[in-house]
Amino acid sequence: MALNKNSIPYTIIYCAVLVIAVAVGLSIVYQSLRPAQEKNIADDKKRQILSSIRISPEKGENVADVYDRYITESFLVNFNGKRTDSATDPFAVDVAAQVKLDDNKRLLPVFEAKTKDGAKYIIPVYGAGLWGPIWGYVAFDDNGDTIYGAYFSHQGETPGLGAEIEKPQFQDQFQGKNVFCDGNFTSIAVEKAGQKPAQGDYVNAISGGTITSKGVQTMLENSLRPYQAFLFSLQEQKNPVKSN
Amino acid sequence: MAINKKLLPLVNPLSKDNPVIVQVLGICSALAVTAKLEPALVMTISVTAVLALSNVLISLLRKTIPTSIRIIVQLVVVAALVVIVDQVLKAWNYEVSKALSVFIGLIITNCIIMGRLEAFSMSNRPWPSFLDGIGNGLGYGIILVIVAFFRELLGSGTLMGYQVIPESWYAAGYSNNGMMILPPMALITVACIIWVHRSRNKDLQE
Repeated sequence: MALNKNSIPYTIIYCAVLVIAVAVGLSIVYQSLRPAQEKNIADDKKRQILSSIRISPEKGENVADVYDRYITESFLVNFNGKRTDSATDPFAVDVAAQVKLDDNKRLLPVFEAKTKDGAKYIIPVYGAGLWGPIWGYVAFDDNGDTIYGAYFSHQGETPGLGAEIEKPQFQDQFQGKNVFCDGNFTSIAVEKAGQKPAQGDYVNAISGGTITSKGVQTMLENSLRPYQAFLFSLQEQKNPVKSN
Repeated sequence: MAINKKLLPLVNPLSKDNPVIVQVLGICSALAVTAKLEPALVMTISVTAVLALSNVLISLLRKTIPTSIRIIVQLVVVAALVVIVDQVLKAWNYEVSKALSVFIGLIITNCIIMGRLEAFSMSNRPWPSFLDGIGNGLGYGIILVIVAFFRELLGSGTLMGYQVIPESWYAAGYSNNGMMILPPMALITVACIIWVHRSRNKDLQE
């Protein structure tokens, strides 16, 4: 070949052609796969929300259908526990951005579900683990105090250690725990086996996953705190006498 | 039994020229994804696919690539393929894509891929390059699976997520070895494999 492939013009043109070809190729791949990916992401979020009320769609079952069957309503509440008329879609609220704001400035999504055990209120939570974000959904009984079910997930916690927060063994511990103690919001502590907090309910941490476990505790405290007024209003609706 | 010479690029990396235990490449990801068997398997498939495809592409381009920027060209090709694998996984198998999270992106930095591109496909035709890619991907995968097998069995008492150590053992005082889950034990397991492998292949001993 007459072309000198070590010459500078050839190298520059080669680079340009290669980069443009790759860029076009990747854009085509991205554009053509995007609808499928977005549907997957929405389905995955619905699956996570359902998981907190102990529902897992069977293989082959359409997640969106199951979601529509159980989740009767979704709405936003404000810091005072009142529903807002905001036009924002509660499902589309970016919880990751909200938890960084002051408590009284946050948009607080609630998903109301109808299960065989009565109405449940699902609250999204978001926080930090050891390596990256952790998040989840906590479903409350209609007494606004007792946890019906919890779901947690993570981006990159250590497999076998921090990543165990996504296992039922960890999540099932939360069932039946109360976030209020003597009328005060105490959240749920995540403690090393054998230890317990001064006040309030607690679950066992994951051995070897201390930072992730503490991350779950901080996440719950921070994400659920602004919902206190809302949870109180549920308690008052249910019965004027406080349970626990 | 003489192996067909044309298949050597496929067969050699499985044992005699194994990328992990003989060339000692790709150790980083061998530590990261081997706490459980399932991610190790998916990682094997992904690495094999990327390796085979990039080997073929670079082999096709090898006569046109300017020598001074050949590493950059190789990296661009590998990075593009890895992004495609990641996007396809997200669209078709979201569950697995979630399980592997960052590890897919990290295939780009897997030394085996750069090593094979530079050492083999830059100077060989596409078909042998393809075989070399498959061979090295599987050679890498064998070690990953062996390490993950022992780490998951001894560290968590499960295989592919299923409990295999009977409950009665735990009742009798057996407990999982938490140390197996930590990265250093992957290194020690790899070292044990190298030990066994070297003692069976005297010609590899230095």
